[in-house]
Amino acid sequence: MKLPPKIKDDIKDATANLNVAQKKIVQDMVEKKYARMRVQAGECVGILSAESIGEPGTQMTLNTFHFAGVAEMNVTVGLPRLIEILDGRKSISTPNMEVYLQPPYNKGKDIKKIANEIKEIKMSELISEISLNIADSSLELSLDKAILEDLELDSKTVKTLLTKKLKAGFKAELAEEFLIIVRLSEKTKDLKELYRLKETIKGVYVKGVKGVTQVLPIKKGDEFIIITAGSNFKAILKLDYVDPIRTVTNDIFQIEEVLGIEAARSAIINEAYKVIQEQGLNVDIRHLMLVADTMCVNGKVKGITRYGIIREKTSVLARASFETPLRHIFNAAKIGEEDVLNSVVENVMINQPVPIGTGLPGLVTKVK
Amino acid sequence: MADVQLNGRFVGTVADAKKFVESIVTERRAGGVSKNVSVHYSPEIDEVHIENLGGRLRRPLAVVNDGKILLSDKEIVGLEKGSLSFTDLVSQGIIEYIDSAEEENSLVGFFDTEITPDSTHVTMHPIDMFGLTTALVPYSNFSTTQKVNTGSKNQKQALGFYAANFLIRIDMDVNLLHTPQRPIVKSIMHDLLDYDSHPSGQNLVVAVMSYKGYNMEDAIVINGGSIERGMGRSSYYRPSVAEELRYSGGLLDEISIPDKEVRGYKSEEDYRMLEEDGIIYPEAVVREGEVVIGKTSPPRFLSNLGDYQLATTTRRESSEYLKHGEKGKIDLVVLTENEEGNRLVEVKMRDERVPEVGDKFTSRHGQKGVIGLIVPHEDMPFTANGVVPDLIFSPMGIPSRMTVSHLIELLAAKTGAMGGRYVDGTVFDAEPQADLRKELESLGFRENGTETMYDGITGRQFQVKIYIGDMYYLKLKHMVANKIHARARGPIQLLTRQPTEGRAKGGGLRLGEMEKDTFIAHGASLLLKERFNSDSAMVPICEECGLVAIHDSYKNRKFCPVCGEDGKIEFVEMAYAFKLLLDELKSLCIYPKLVLGDRY
Repeated sequence: MKLPPKIKDDIKDATANLNVAQKKIVQDMVEKKYARMRVQAGECVGILSAESIGEPGTQMTLNTFHFAGVAEMNVTVGLPRLIEILDGRKSISTPNMEVYLQPPYNKGKDIKKIANEIKEIKMSELISEISLNIADSSLELSLDKAILEDLELDSKTVKTLLTKKLKAGFKAELAEEFLIIVRLSEKTKDLKELYRLKETIKGVYVKGVKGVTQVLPIKKGDEFIIITAGSNFKAILKLDYVDPIRTVTNDIFQIEEVLGIEAARSAIINEAYKVIQEQGLNVDIRHLMLVADTMCVNGKVKGITRYGIIREKTSVLARASFETPLRHIFNAAKIGEEDVLNSVVENVMINQPVPIGTGLPGLVTKVK
Repeated sequence: MADVQLNGRFVGTVADAKKFVESIVTERRAGGVSKNVSVHYSPEIDEVHIENLGGRLRRPLAVVNDGKILLSDKEIVGLEKGSLSFTDLVSQGIIEYIDSAEEENSLVGFFDTEITPDSTHVTMHPIDMFGLTTALVPYSNFSTTQKVNTGSKNQKQALGFYAANFLIRIDMDVNLLHTPQRPIVKSIMHDLLDYDSHPSGQNLVVAVMSYKGYNMEDAIVINGGSIERGMGRSSYYRPSVAEELRYSGGLLDEISIPDKEVRGYKSEEDYRMLEEDGIIYPEAVVREGEVVIGKTSPPRFLSNLGDYQLATTTRRESSEYLKHGEKGKIDLVVLTENEEGNRLVEVKMRDERVPEVGDKFTSRHGQKGVIGLIVPHEDMPFTANGVVPDLIFSPMGIPSRMTVSHLIELLAAKTGAMGGRYVDGTVFDAEPQADLRKELESLGFRENGTETMYDGITGRQFQVKIYIGDMYYLKLKHMVANKIHARARGPIQLLTRQPTEGRAKGGGLRLGEMEKDTFIAHGASLLLKERFNSDSAMVPICEECGLVAIHDSYKNRKFCPVCGEDGKIEFVEMAYAFKLLLDELKSLCIYPKLVLGDRY
């Protein structure tokens, strides 16, 4: 019997000060137990997992938001979040990160400063007033002095940033301290352009981590961490005061992109398990592991939808019985697909024993 | 300056809003403005709203002026004598109808004693905040709103004395309780509604205890002896109607015993109850499938009628017969004519319904339950006085539901029954519990309503005192006899060859998608196959082309419509629904080729 490396290591640690004979006894007992705990051949683990997650799912409360400290920062939880995870949605409704810090910052050093550095600042936050000068066909942006000082910026850098983002035909200049004037060039005197420009200017990225709309430093245990609304895993890991090992995001696709498929699988398990735990339900984690395995088996995260793992099914009938049957049948007919009737749904459809449980074993004796 | 809005539309402004509102109210009471006008001033938005359209919920209140109720003894005497009517009081401005918005400006007293100098109105009786059926719940101010609500809803489903002329009426699907009683605990609404002339329940002796677990989860245990003495017995009436319709071409339906040649003739057995005129006789005992009114109709399509065919052979059988699971006695036979002058036969069937396990009963407090066990009289527990309860109610139904009124009624009815009087249980105005307890004590009972009881089987005394008393119980119209359904084999649908759906059609109980999953999860693969083979079929398949072939069992000839006689044809077992799927694919121009092979 081959034991998994994790169990082997555990035995090794636990039996370090035993003699060889005793070690053997322990080894045998573990093997025996392990063999007994294994899933039997023909056990229908898929449906068992589906039912074990699905049935408690019906009891989930409809209170789908949960506040992480402040009212503005809320996180989707409960059934909508579970659906989001299992469907493999590319954009989730409330992305957020838990940013762990390297010492000494995790003890609270410069925590406010770090938090502000992470937060994405857009031009609109620096501007106290935008006035449109129609006669001059120009925009006058008055900058907020206090905010600029807070963010350690000066008008010049802001102007440079702005200039980079401006399309040809516009020109930004520093008229006086804290007043930037953006002018239209002589050729295009279109006021509509100016209005459009106003919105563009508001959205210009100034500093911070892109995508992080809010930051909240909190104390967790005996260290400080920063919770963010909005997630940009790749960028946050590049910061040198961030602990790249413990920092997590709830965006599974960002994890897949940055850390790979195995990490994504773990993320699916963790996120789904967290949802179920929060609801006070009791689901064995192995069911979620199976689901996560199924979603990640091809090396890319695929949701349990007709565009995801259902598409991967080999049987036409199985695919057709899930959703949009006509489309699957037509596409199968176009290329002359063959269904070998190896799985469950197809056999239920044609009223044959399903190859699961008692229907799995074949006849050894040859029939004359 | 306050805005004035009439039915939500701005009409102008007034300087002194309060005075303005007051003047309208005074004018309305005097009769200068319609009684249907409501006016209300909201100071926070400084607007006056005047409403006179329909759809507002209003309630009548007695007007109070300077701490004095306008409704005096003189008017009450007038009402009693009949010289004054309620409408008179309304037109005199003594009582007025107030809508919910105007109530915001009013200070309404609950009782006369609560009136302060600021009061504007007083309710005539707190019961007027309830509807008719809700007011029938005694002591309902002691229970939660939801349970009073369910209690009042349940009363609408109770069997009773639904109409005094029930003998000559023909109603669809009605029930009649055999020995309805007046409730011992009643509210003034019972008197106002003349409930005594059409009661719908019975006063039962109720013990609050468990009985071997047969009354857990809201079940009730019933005394078999009480049932034998007529408790909860009812009749179920169902009419059958047949009309001699006229068709184009002078053809007629005919009510008579159908000729044996008629298409769709059942069997002689089924027609045996009919008299010569083709109609059953009163008091005939009928069972399911038996014909009540024999009728034949002309053929649907006249063109089918050849010259040489006899008239009888082409007529269709269209008799009225008893549906699946029905039985009873014929109660009434009516021969008449309808508006169009067609002969009309109506037959009313009656079936006696003795309470059985599964029938639903309820008290008036939303404490409903089904019979879990019918216990022989001798096995029921009894009190020291020898009183045997009719019904045993589980105490577990009380704590979570908080139906305190249920418990109070039991005590009140016990007092009433032993004292030989009715007890007033009107909401907010009932006889106080303390008085009832005192009276009960004076009658020789324990004041808290409990009694020493003995086990009917062993004769041993119970270690605890049992709360026992009387209660008004209602039999609800949901009876198992109307709902029981099972099937081993029966009719199937023509298209799919699967069992039909629904009790009326003798259908199967569907083992659905999710139930299927549980079979798979158990690995019970072959059991699943067996469950699903209701539409199993042996389909001839051509091995050459993989399509459904034809088997002519009459000539014992197999051939493939594509490959002809040469193709090798094998019978394959499959669901008929799958064969249907193959046919549908073919209709979509998709070629579903079956490749045959041996399973082993």
